[in-house]
Amino acid sequence: MRFGGRRILRDIDLSIGKREIVTIVGPNGSGKTTLLRVLIGAQVPTEGVVVRKAGVSIGYVPQRLAIDRIMPLTVARWLRLSGTPQAVDYQRMVERIGIAQLLGEQMGSLSGGEFQRALLAQALLTQPALLVLDEPTQGLDQPAIASFYRLIEAVRKEIGCAVLMVSHDLHVVMRSSDHVICLNGHVCCEGPPTVVSAAPEYQALFGFGAEGALALYRHEHDHSHDHADEADSRVG
Amino acid sequence: MLDDFLVRAALAGTGLALAAGPLGCFVVWRRMAYFGDATSHAAILGVALSLAFSLSIFIGVLVVALAMALLVLALSERVYAMDTLLGVAAHGALALGLVAVSFLSGIRIDLMAYLFGDILAVGRVDLAVIWIGAALVLVLLRVRWQALLLVTLNTDLAAARGYDARREQLILTLALAVLVAVAIKVVGALLITAMLIIPAAAARSFAKTPEAMAVMAAVIGVISALVGLAVSFQWDTPTGPTIVVVATLFFVAPALAQLTGTRH
Repeated sequence: MRFGGRRILRDIDLSIGKREIVTIVGPNGSGKTTLLRVLIGAQVPTEGVVVRKAGVSIGYVPQRLAIDRIMPLTVARWLRLSGTPQAVDYQRMVERIGIAQLLGEQMGSLSGGEFQRALLAQALLTQPALLVLDEPTQGLDQPAIASFYRLIEAVRKEIGCAVLMVSHDLHVVMRSSDHVICLNGHVCCEGPPTVVSAAPEYQALFGFGAEGALALYRHEHDHSHDHADEADSRVG
Repeated sequence: MLDDFLVRAALAGTGLALAAGPLGCFVVWRRMAYFGDATSHAAILGVALSLAFSLSIFIGVLVVALAMALLVLALSERVYAMDTLLGVAAHGALALGLVAVSFLSGIRIDLMAYLFGDILAVGRVDLAVIWIGAALVLVLLRVRWQALLLVTLNTDLAAARGYDARREQLILTLALAVLVAVAIKVVGALLITAMLIIPAAAARSFAKTPEAMAVMAAVIGVISALVGLAVSFQWDTPTGPTIVVVATLFFVAPALAQLTGTRH
């Protein structure tokens, strides 16, 4: 993949199996979003092909969605943009995602967490075989991040779709993914979370080789777990 | 009934407003106000070319407006910021049109009629053209509504759903060019953008969904056209500008009410 002569991505060989959670990690500018855009068909690759089995639909949750105040849009209307979902699915999904009480609200008036849930619900209502999320927890606080990922994991099992996401939340990624791809212009290393986190390429890229950084990382890891559990008990 | 010039004017204004309202919503949502200006100002050049080659004004304006819109779209992917580019296009096109008209010696042309419209001079053929054009715009919007909304919200989201942002942009551009061609007789090149933006902007405070806003914009546009026509007949004011003034009141009144409301 090239932009104006600059090579952004090369030698990407990626496949996603049924019901798999694949996470892409990598530093800023490593081509994560570009890769997703190629996969969903928003960008044509300069070389290579994306093979999509016929009938495989993609539910997409974009990195950023600015809804201008000049466009009136209730949550209910936003969800109906998914197409014409059957009434039953619609009601169940809305309750499952926890936005039933927000249907009459304007999208612009939602909090960060509610907004992301509304985006997720719409993507899921398209009944996707593959759910693609681009940094879905950007701007959320730790408890919200944790409960959002739990929700994705749970809903994936219920719906039976595969999940491909880009994430900066390394600790969550390592816990909930089946397969992790470490990207930096090319695939640095990939595999199950345990394999990737032990890989020297991964540690070099995220600076975990240095003892200080590693210690800091561990600390943050423990800390966020505590919060996550509190948040879940409150939500559940 | 159609023999009465006032009835024809009312029907012309209604037809235009019905299409301009919903299309205007997209102009507002997509921040295309200047794009509308560039396209509609090019209409004067279209008028000059139509007269020079003895074509129908509608065809000449349609072709030039479409060409201008496509040119701006093609250039917008280059180095210039969009507002700079549109500023150049809108005013350049208007100036070029005015210069081109001056070359048409031998033909007497009422420039004011094309700049500010001449709704009272709408004939039966004009009326047919206006309603066919307006219907075309509404059908285009209706058929592509879902895709247009998604592309307006987020192009990647639309792409994941299989909608091509460029194609939807072209559909809007085509609709805009048709509307400009239809509107030049009614409100004139300088006020076409007003009929697109003002009813849509006024409708915002009455609407909770995009569809409601589109319908309200059409309603406000129609009321403005009819009231504006009546007022201009009563007080002998220029009709196109009077229609726009009435529409502006729809925008200003709720804004003022809101201001005074928050003060108390």
